[in-house]
Amino acid sequence: MRESDIHISRVDWLVVVIYFALVIFGWFNIYAAVYDSQAPQSMFDMSINSGQQLVRIGISVVLIILIMVADYRFFENLSLFIYIFFIALLVVTPFIGKEVNGQVLTVGFGSFRIQPGEFAKLATALALAKVMERPTFDLSKTKNQLIAFGVLLIPVALILLQPDTGTAMVYFSLLVMFYREGLPQRYYILGFGFIALTLLSLGIENNLYLVAGIGLIVLILIIIGKKSWQRIIVFSLIGLGMVAYSYSIDFVVSKLPDHQQNRIMVLFNPNLDPLGVGWNVTQSKIAIGSGGLLGKGYLEGTQTKFDFVPEQHTDFIFCTLGEEFGWAGSLVVIGLFVTLLVRLVIMAERQKTRFARIYGYGVISILLFHFMINIAMTIGLFPVVGIPLPFFSYGGSSLWSFTILLFIFVNIDASRAMQLGRLG
Amino acid sequence: MNDQRPVAIIIFIFLIGLVLLTKLFMIQVMDDSFMKKAERNAIQRVVDHPYRGLVYDRNGKLLVYNNPIFDLMIVPKEFEVGDTTRFLELFKITKEELIESYQAARKYSWVKPSPLIKQISTTDFARMQDYLIDYPGLFIMTRSVRSYPLPIAAHALGYIGEINARQLERDSSNYYVQGDYVGLSGMERFYEDDLRGKKGVKYKMVNVRGVDKGPFKDGEYDTASIAGKNITSTIDMDLQKYGELLMGGKKGSVVAIEPKTGEILAMISSPYYNPNDLTGADFSKTYRSLNSDESKPLFNRPIMATYPPGSIFKVVQSLIGLQEGILTPNTTFACNKSLVACHNHPSPVNLFGAIRNSCNPYYHQAFRQIINQEVSSNTYKDTEIGLNAWREKVLKFGLGSRLGVDMPNEKGGSVPSSKYYDRFYGEGRWKYSTIYSLSIGQGEMLVTPLQMANLAAIFANKGYYYPPHLVKSIDNDPTKIPEKYRTKNEVGVDAHHFDMIQDAMAEALYGTATRAIMKDLVIAGKTGTAQNPHGEDHSVFVAFAPKDDPKIAIAVYVENAGWGGRAAASTASLMIEKYIRNEITRPELEQYVLAGNFIY
Repeated sequence: MRESDIHISRVDWLVVVIYFALVIFGWFNIYAAVYDSQAPQSMFDMSINSGQQLVRIGISVVLIILIMVADYRFFENLSLFIYIFFIALLVVTPFIGKEVNGQVLTVGFGSFRIQPGEFAKLATALALAKVMERPTFDLSKTKNQLIAFGVLLIPVALILLQPDTGTAMVYFSLLVMFYREGLPQRYYILGFGFIALTLLSLGIENNLYLVAGIGLIVLILIIIGKKSWQRIIVFSLIGLGMVAYSYSIDFVVSKLPDHQQNRIMVLFNPNLDPLGVGWNVTQSKIAIGSGGLLGKGYLEGTQTKFDFVPEQHTDFIFCTLGEEFGWAGSLVVIGLFVTLLVRLVIMAERQKTRFARIYGYGVISILLFHFMINIAMTIGLFPVVGIPLPFFSYGGSSLWSFTILLFIFVNIDASRAMQLGRLG
Repeated sequence: MNDQRPVAIIIFIFLIGLVLLTKLFMIQVMDDSFMKKAERNAIQRVVDHPYRGLVYDRNGKLLVYNNPIFDLMIVPKEFEVGDTTRFLELFKITKEELIESYQAARKYSWVKPSPLIKQISTTDFARMQDYLIDYPGLFIMTRSVRSYPLPIAAHALGYIGEINARQLERDSSNYYVQGDYVGLSGMERFYEDDLRGKKGVKYKMVNVRGVDKGPFKDGEYDTASIAGKNITSTIDMDLQKYGELLMGGKKGSVVAIEPKTGEILAMISSPYYNPNDLTGADFSKTYRSLNSDESKPLFNRPIMATYPPGSIFKVVQSLIGLQEGILTPNTTFACNKSLVACHNHPSPVNLFGAIRNSCNPYYHQAFRQIINQEVSSNTYKDTEIGLNAWREKVLKFGLGSRLGVDMPNEKGGSVPSSKYYDRFYGEGRWKYSTIYSLSIGQGEMLVTPLQMANLAAIFANKGYYYPPHLVKSIDNDPTKIPEKYRTKNEVGVDAHHFDMIQDAMAEALYGTATRAIMKDLVIAGKTGTAQNPHGEDHSVFVAFAPKDDPKIAIAVYVENAGWGGRAAASTASLMIEKYIRNEITRPELEQYVLAGNFIY
């Protein structure tokens, strides 16, 4: 509140402009997704999605103003309370929430409902920033690693109970922030190795090829290195472990619920049952692919209009964009996201406190993950998981949580002149 | 401590952007298959079948109209049969039929509709409609079948049927698709382009459940179907009907032409069939049985059967002789039966007497003079030159080559040239004595009944004809019929030569066809007998009437009915009376023809 003139002048306007560009572009696409040329309704009509989204955008602006006038220390001081509040809310959600399609995601009263899972991301990012802010906190130490992962895994466990796999996955995006904060590289190498091996075991029909490949690599490593018995035994054991893992992956997948199993298998074979499980991905790709270079023109799309793409105003909103604005539209939106994310990295790096920097990377991690996974799933690069495209997708909880997430950081960044340097 | 890590994160962000944009470029810009899939998804192309043109007779009475029928169509990609037994029960087909139709549909297209059950009756349609909702990929397509108020003129009108694979391939304009109906014979085939109209196309948008969401781009790309043009035929429905009555149970042809215009008034091919049988669901069954019928009811005799012209040809010989100056009305020859057989009549005869009495030796001698004009001293060579010159003159009468009637599959017949005999006997090894039977219309000459009717028209017109045709106007516009039917063809014989010929033909009835004579209506005619090596000779008669103002020219062929003066002349006389007076005053003659006992 004090020195608010200085505060405003330090706001990073590029981020604000990109935010509004995405929100407004998203709003136009939400209207396009429901637009019916036979019975055109006003974009502002409250009975359709675009009208409702406009109200949510309005509420977002109010939220932004509230956040921007708050003192930056407010968020830091309250971060653990916010975290505990949302954890508590997640705990009670299954009991007081509303069940939709076997999932209990929302709480609230009447028509006002929010998804605690969406807001818990923000709370977790704040809490982690608070916990990791101590100068002595070192992520290469096992104890600190356990603390950090503990804060991370509590909401994950609760969200998996709802169950909402997609949202739960988002929390692991904070590994990007952990990386910045010094979590040893070997974890990431190991992690990517596992992911690669997992994908290979799922993607390659005949596991014998994979076994042969692993065998060959182990053999080469043994031959080119020095030939001590110890080395040979270690490599052989690793090789055997990989083989065992790849078989166990197939086994685990076969034990997954059918709909998840199918979502994974469709990724490797999109033509697998295009009218059944592959429907979403197939139709989504058709919609986007039919857009061509410049798109069919605003409101001229046919695929997204006529419900060929399911959930297309929420998680598959990118289809409308791809169909009506073509690759050029994709380029603009992806360009905006990349610019925003890079800008946020630069902003995070200029923070004087560890809390601010860590929170900044938390924001980057969450936005990057949503952006990457959401678009990747609409074009068949990733299994279909129900996560929205930040600022773009229809829905109050998602828009508000991303808005709050982003603008807390904008506030902290704008207040950096008043912060005492505590980087260590 | 971690300076390289923010850079790594920035690189990672760019990399993600790059991967997404590359993949998007691949599916949006590089690969256009998605665009096609999108169209197939949301935009349905609905063909709007036009009404086929109607056919009227020359007096505006309806000959052919359209009757609505329903086809059950299948899109194999969307089709799910579910419980097969139930399906077979509901749609009243056998398992074999279902498999056969389904496989045919699959072979044609996986995504485009093909007929599964064709030509469902209105009651079956109403019943099926309730079940259709349970079977994705099935829908009803409405179209119409041809119907005929009177079961006549089957050959002339022709029939329509489903386009076959070969016709589809030949269709360079890509107008037709599998399952389309096209004219396969008769006028239906000849005037296909006029009768069919133009198919229209509607593009409509459907949502994921196939629910109509209105026209695509407000119908910008839609085209309305254009109904086929109505055709007014030259056929006189009453005359045609009467002719078919007379020819019932007999084999043969009747062709009646209006001499002044070449318009075909009636064209009967017997045995005939009911054109209503060759429409609708029974088409294939009826077609198979007609096609295997030994009496060949599908064979269009007036234009496809060829016979030697016989004695009637003597009139042509007379005209050629007169025009050449070789014969005059006073030219006299003896009836020398040592040359060629003849029946008993006074001898010698002049030209008038020769026509009246159909004297064979007269023409044997006259034809020798036409052929051997001593252009060359070599008698063989002279015959060759003479034959070819004569042949040209005969062809001008429209004999021995296609007249170009507006029906498919017209046969031309033949008038032999020197080459024919060269091939047969060797060059320079044949002379008049080899070819003399041409003099009386026998031997190697073949003509169709249509050509003979046209010949009668030439006699009536005193030397010209309009090519015979079946269509008077298209969309009530007589100028829309092909130009050639409005073009006068001169036969190259001066009109005054016909005067005596016409008199002789009128007189000839008293010699050879007394049954055909009518009080107050002078018929000029000539009998003929087409020799038939396989059995009883064919009875032939050509005529025109009234002699002084010809309104009808007619040729009648009754196969295996012997002498021309009986079956053919009687039939022709009745047809003429029917057409000119529209009443039959000689019930006993009608009875005689209907009874059909001509050999005695």
